[in-house]
Amino acid sequence: MRPIIEVRDLSKTYASGTHALSGVTLDIAGGEILALLGPNGAGKTTFISITCGLVTPTGGSVSVDGHDIVRDYRAARSLIGLVPQEITLEFFETVMNTVRFSRGLFGKAPDDAYLETVLRALALWDKRDAKLRELSGGMKRRVLIAKALAHGPRILFLDEPTAGVDVNLRREMWEVVRGLKKQGVTIILTTHYLEEAEEMADRVGIIDKGRLLLVRDKTELMHEFGQKILTVELTDPVAALPAPLAGLGLDLGADGRTVRFRYDTHADRSGIARLLAEFSGHGLAVRDLSTEQTSLEEVFLRLVRDMA
Amino acid sequence: MNARSILTIFNFEMARFWRTPWESLAAPVVSTVLYFVVFGAAIGSRIQSVEEISYGAFIVPGLIILTVLQQSLSNAANAIFMRKFVGTIYEILCAPVSFLEVVAGFVGAAALKSVIIAIVIYLTALFFVDLPLAHPVLALLLLVLTSFGFALWGFLIGIWAKDWQQLQFIPMMVITPLVFLGGAFYSTSMLPPFWAAVAKLNPVLYLVSGFRWTFFGLADVPLAASVLALAIFLALGFLAVWAIFRTGWRLRA
Ligand SMILES: Nc1ncnc2c1ncn2[C@@H]1O[C@H](COP(=O)(O)OP(=O)(O)O)[C@@H](O)[C@H]1O
Ligand SMILES: [Mg+2]
Repeated sequence: MRPIIEVRDLSKTYASGTHALSGVTLDIAGGEILALLGPNGAGKTTFISITCGLVTPTGGSVSVDGHDIVRDYRAARSLIGLVPQEITLEFFETVMNTVRFSRGLFGKAPDDAYLETVLRALALWDKRDAKLRELSGGMKRRVLIAKALAHGPRILFLDEPTAGVDVNLRREMWEVVRGLKKQGVTIILTTHYLEEAEEMADRVGIIDKGRLLLVRDKTELMHEFGQKILTVELTDPVAALPAPLAGLGLDLGADGRTVRFRYDTHADRSGIARLLAEFSGHGLAVRDLSTEQTSLEEVFLRLVRDMA
Repeated sequence: MNARSILTIFNFEMARFWRTPWESLAAPVVSTVLYFVVFGAAIGSRIQSVEEISYGAFIVPGLIILTVLQQSLSNAANAIFMRKFVGTIYEILCAPVSFLEVVAGFVGAAALKSVIIAIVIYLTALFFVDLPLAHPVLALLLLVLTSFGFALWGFLIGIWAKDWQQLQFIPMMVITPLVFLGGAFYSTSMLPPFWAAVAKLNPVLYLVSGFRWTFFGLADVPLAASVLALAIFLALGFLAVWAIFRTGWRLRA
């Protein structure tokens, strides 16, 4: 099946001289959730803005369901809904009016029944006559989603939907996104939380300094990068670990006291229980334990190092 | 062409106007009445008449053009500038509409508002003076074209402006002086020959003169010159819009 979005060698250099995107090539399949992960300034918003028509690319191309976003912008844009990173609304409008406006702007015939289903799905129906400025931050963000969905797009871009949002709201947002996926909407979201990409996405793209470092199936990526390090501190220093422990991939520190063990959080068994059993079996007394997660920064560092 | 999108923008802008009808209409009407009091009553009692027409009636077409220019310009400029300023312009830029359709929606609404205000001023003036209207159809046509032309330029100013100062600059520093010196309150026949010639360099004079002709059948410059000036003005506006449409200037990074 043809990808619903085809990005070829896409570049953007802003008038200021900033290279926000460099040679990004990417296929997005219909119906998938793709998370674009990257630090601030990586170029995520620029990528979304180009695809949605807010920014003009300086090189390469994007086509949406076969329609080039520049030459055939009407067909391309009709398929897309955009939820921008910043909350920008006409604060004196009512919820219902603003979603009606969004629908009309896309040239669609009025359909209040459809808009009702959208507002209900986002728990906004009770607020349909409220003025936007009266809504809470979370509701405003949901209004932005409702506006993006008002014309029934097949593709939804969510630019940092959960940035600066509390935990409850974040879970709520994830529910909304899952619901949309069930309806067959293709979703591209950006985030700088590894956890969020892990929770939501089918595939994860990692982007840094305008380059798409990799796009990988989520489970694969988590397998590769979703590791934890267990540090075991021994009561008494040892010169070397007993031979039977050598096969476990342990690292003994120079002090002879700290042993580091890398394990996969996604595997069925972490191997920690076995490790500790082996330790006591060989008479090694454990004084303290600590674990640390591979952070996104580490992932980046490793990726950048691997690419160099 | 996507008529529904144009209409959506148009209706949204008009809804703003009708939501606060008093603010939308009262301000221009009150300022017109003030002009009547100051110019019509105070000065008019000394001038008596201009070429057989009472001074109070003589200034009405000029007053209407003055208000139409200011209203068209500021309405269209504010509408698009506010969207840029608040950020809601994103929605319009990512919609499947061409720039020309966006212009049609915004400029159409701003022009219609001005025409409505102009008609209200005309009706207000009828309370104060005897006001013949010799060529009503032509008057309406010129009114609509003038409103549209200035709304178009207002829209361009709104796109050009990067901050509030710039937004105010052209209307304050260029348009208002041109209008006041454009024969709204006097006929060039009242000026010494040198200043009459200078006044004729002012494009707004042609608009006022043509519009006044549709009321009283007399003008500072031939009607054809007024129509030509209006046509040039509109053509330049369309050209500028076309250039922005091609380049995305100040709209798309
Ligand atoms: N309109 C703009 N003009 C100039 N530079 C910009 C503009 N928008 C973004 N940039 C720059 O481009 C880079 C990428 O920004 P952005 O796409 O917003 O990244 P992200 O969304 O990943 O945080 C940054 O260095 C940013 O400063
Ligand atoms: Mg961003």
